[in-house]
Amino acid sequence: MDLSMRWLADYVDCGCDTKTFCDGMTLSGSKVECFEQEGDYLKNVVVGKILSVKDHPDSDHMVICQVDVGDGEPIQIVTGASNVSEGDFVPVAKHKSSVLHEGKVVKITKGKLRGEVSDGMLCSIGELGLTTHDFPYAIDDGIFILGDDCDRTVGKDIREAVGFDDTKVEFEITSNRPDCLSVLGLAREASATFNVPVNIKEPSFEGVDGDINEIMSVKIHNPELCPRYMCGYVKNVKIEPSPHWLRERLRACGVRPINNFVDITNFVMLEYGQPMHAFDLRYVEGAQINIRNAVKGERITTLDGIERELSEEMLVIADSKKPVAVAGVMGGEYSGIMDDTTAVVFEAASFNGASVRTTAKKLGMRTDASARFEKELNPENAYPALIRAFELVELLGCGEVIRSFIDCDMSQKKDTGVEFNPEWINNFLGTDIDAKQMAGYLESLSFEIKDGKVYAPYYRIDIECKADVAEEVARLYGYNNIPKTIIKGQANAQLTDKQKFDRLITSSMLGMGVNEITTFSFISPKYFDKIRLPKDSKLRRAVKIMNPLGEDTSVMRTTILPSICEVMARNYSYRNDSCYVFELGNEYIPQDGEELPTEPERLGIGFYDTKNKVDFYTVKGIIEQLLDRGGAEQVEFSRPSEDSAFGETDAFHPGRCASAFVNGREIALFGELHPETLENYGINCRTYAAKVNVPELMELCVTQKTYKPLPKYPAIMRDLSLICDEELAAAVIEKTIRKASGKILESITLFDIYRGEQIAQGKKSISYSLTFRSHEATLTDEQADKTMAKILSALGEQGAELRM
Amino acid sequence: MTEQLKAIEERAKAELEKASDIKSLDEIRVRFLGKKGEITAILKQMGKLTPEERPVIGQLANKVRADIEESISNAQSIVKAKAAAAKLEAERIDVTLPGKAPKLGSAHPLNATLSEVEEVFLGMGFDIVEGPEVETDYYCFEALNMPKHHPARDTQDTFYINDNVLLRTQTSSVQIRTMEKRKPPIRIISPGRVYRSDAVDATHSPLFHQIEGLVIDKGITMADLMGTLELLLKRLYGEQTQLRFRPHHFPYTEPSAEVDLMCFNCHGKGCSMCKQEGYVELLGSGMVHPKVLEGCGIDPEIYSGFAFGIGLERITMGRYSINDMRLLYENDMRFLEQF
Repeated sequence: MDLSMRWLADYVDCGCDTKTFCDGMTLSGSKVECFEQEGDYLKNVVVGKILSVKDHPDSDHMVICQVDVGDGEPIQIVTGASNVSEGDFVPVAKHKSSVLHEGKVVKITKGKLRGEVSDGMLCSIGELGLTTHDFPYAIDDGIFILGDDCDRTVGKDIREAVGFDDTKVEFEITSNRPDCLSVLGLAREASATFNVPVNIKEPSFEGVDGDINEIMSVKIHNPELCPRYMCGYVKNVKIEPSPHWLRERLRACGVRPINNFVDITNFVMLEYGQPMHAFDLRYVEGAQINIRNAVKGERITTLDGIERELSEEMLVIADSKKPVAVAGVMGGEYSGIMDDTTAVVFEAASFNGASVRTTAKKLGMRTDASARFEKELNPENAYPALIRAFELVELLGCGEVIRSFIDCDMSQKKDTGVEFNPEWINNFLGTDIDAKQMAGYLESLSFEIKDGKVYAPYYRIDIECKADVAEEVARLYGYNNIPKTIIKGQANAQLTDKQKFDRLITSSMLGMGVNEITTFSFISPKYFDKIRLPKDSKLRRAVKIMNPLGEDTSVMRTTILPSICEVMARNYSYRNDSCYVFELGNEYIPQDGEELPTEPERLGIGFYDTKNKVDFYTVKGIIEQLLDRGGAEQVEFSRPSEDSAFGETDAFHPGRCASAFVNGREIALFGELHPETLENYGINCRTYAAKVNVPELMELCVTQKTYKPLPKYPAIMRDLSLICDEELAAAVIEKTIRKASGKILESITLFDIYRGEQIAQGKKSISYSLTFRSHEATLTDEQADKTMAKILSALGEQGAELRM
Repeated sequence: MTEQLKAIEERAKAELEKASDIKSLDEIRVRFLGKKGEITAILKQMGKLTPEERPVIGQLANKVRADIEESISNAQSIVKAKAAAAKLEAERIDVTLPGKAPKLGSAHPLNATLSEVEEVFLGMGFDIVEGPEVETDYYCFEALNMPKHHPARDTQDTFYINDNVLLRTQTSSVQIRTMEKRKPPIRIISPGRVYRSDAVDATHSPLFHQIEGLVIDKGITMADLMGTLELLLKRLYGEQTQLRFRPHHFPYTEPSAEVDLMCFNCHGKGCSMCKQEGYVELLGSGMVHPKVLEGCGIDPEIYSGFAFGIGLERITMGRYSINDMRLLYENDMRFLEQF
């Protein structure tokens, strides 16, 4: 809402400068976004009087003017305009002045035009930053000749002379205060804020005799959507421009003046916050107004010249045959006020807010009217607005108002009283405000206090409960005068097991040199192809957004893997040498028969490194460390099976991909990404990734650590070098060794794998270092030897022989 | 013999002076003091002496031996020290070459900031509560006193899944879920992802993070709300932080307040950074609306409470002087590794 300070001054004098006014209003709840002085770019432009006009000796389209600008001696100005004559009052941009030219501020200095001195410039309406809407008698292509609605004192600053020196204050009004989308509403707020009187008169009009019921009729067909409809009739109408004072007020509030009747409706809307409508009764068929729902397929061309199709839930103002306006949104072009209009009907009505909002949204047209109606104006608003419109018609002398008017009021009056309990308010706010002081604040807002209850004025639709009254008191007392206290009572807070586990995972990942990332939860369905999900993969069934910003962000991810791949691809394209990333984020999995999807937490990891050697075992090492830190026991690895718990196996290199099992449950998938996946992402080096099912892992982990006594007896170390088939997995060898050695095996470490000379084709040599220890006594060599023999025999059964 | 002994001593000392390594010192020792050494040779001739001379020469010989021994020992120390010094000198390296520390990962700036906020609230007894991001209309709007067609819904452009399911526009939904489940006293914060259909630019993102707080108990006041927020913001921005509370409207709180931070650049005078306002809008808050409490089965005649919501991106960008929100979601290594 743009407010004209000049208009505001008609009702209230706050006695302060604009900045103080803005700060005060902001702190009492009407937030000021910014303020600006109209025409503040005009410098050194004054009213001048043309003393003489003579031809330019060297040009047939320029003239030389002697102009009195109040500086004693007249100044000489050469102009190309042909509409100036002796005695005219004109805007003169003197030497070292600035005006607007094609929307930009330009400096004017003296100079010579075809050899003749010119001490400045005569200005057009556009060069002042105004339009012919502001001064209908001005022309676009010529000098602005000041009319008698301007102050024609020679030498006077032009902004003051033409009334282009108002201050515009832009307010951000919250949706609960449509009453403040008006000059009167803001005047009342200003009066309460600065504790100064407000001078608002009840509007009134004389009127002429006549029975409106003989002229027209009104019928409300849907009182739920239109609880009140008022209208009045003006005859012998003269359509002409509005007077200067009215035009300048509209302009400062950001509304373009059109003609007196249209201007009156806009003026009343801005002043009272009640949208009005005016139409030409000639075009209302049957002189009949029906407020009804639109019929399917009905069409109307609105005032903006666009034909719109209406639907049944929309409310229209119709004559006996067709809609003449979309209720609360915009009038029809056909019945609008025209230059030859002789009789006007003014409408002030009340419409259901939700209905107006839906209609405006559906038609894609949010107007000043709909923005107010959708906030549910009180039906009582209509009355003073209509009377004010009549009053203005008489003030402007532009028509005769028939004294009787129509008021179809089907609204339900509500008892708006709310308990007034100063003690409760103080307890609620944490203040100690005197009850009288509170009453004073409320009365300054025109609230009435009666029998322990407080009644808000009709235009305040937002006062429904005690807390609402408390807010009124608080904002006038000043939020910043309320003391700041600390919450009483005790509370113990602690992280949940999940939150602790998340922190453990994050710190472990950071400790391993992997960087944390944050990615969008929505992805493109194409990403499923990029990570090679099979066509029938259940991961392709995602939660779809009805109104996405674009395809790239149109489905909620069912797998975190593409988010990780995208980040690696981006870093690769930025030519970053390496990229180590992880994200602890959610996946969104639709559930049959459930309204909401599940949102399981997943750890996604990815990295490439073009400078250091990394391979499958780097990612496996990260997973091993993570599981160890997490407290997983009984960890096993194997190639993912056909019925893997992870649907993303095809994203990986089939020979370099593994699943991690904890207590037999598959909780992680990791490995090198498939060359085709990498090609899809434009990554040209070996790249590794992993996904860990975090809640499942947490369930299996022993987070409570228990100390195990340090060994008392010495250990015996034995090395073991084997030769076996290439196919024999290390995990099998290790399992066999563990099983054969029983309790005394403390640790087993693989230290070498060798293929090549001395080793037959298809075989490998694999070497382990074993540590034996007993917790009961010192082990003897014989015991160790015996165990080694057992191990060898068991390994023999697996086809692994001691390497000689 | 006396002369002989003295001559031996002199020669030994002269040779010691020339000796520069342990090996030649050992040779000197053997030659003069060894079993076949010169002093031993002299002592072997003691038999030829008179009984009167023997103790004198014997004493002298022992003294010479001791002197030589001491000299050798001194020479050894010097040589060792020299050798050690030479070795250290030889091992000199360029200490300005880069170090070889194992690389640590960097926490994402959003999460680093979130952790700090969480610490402050844990210290004040607030639990951290999470909730679904894909949410029903009821929890995101309806229960927050924003029925269908409420004009305030316009300010939160919503991504819909279907007519009744949406991506939450605020984590206030978690407050409702918490109030339904827990009885007061309640002190929680609910951080998390929220979604609004804003196109990506330097200050907007369709996905961002909020931290919402909720306190419900008997006798909770607006003064408590203001005290709590002041404490938080002073912890986050420093003790000198100055706040301004300003009336506002949220359907789910009454009274509602927006909190502005005094501009660090101009200290309230107004400058280009704060658009001449002197203050920068930071967060929204208010006393929980009685209708919201009632809807969750909490009697507003007995209990009261406050709620607030802060944008994590705004705090994070302010703390690290990040001027483009897109950087937070782009995850460029060169950006991440700065934190």
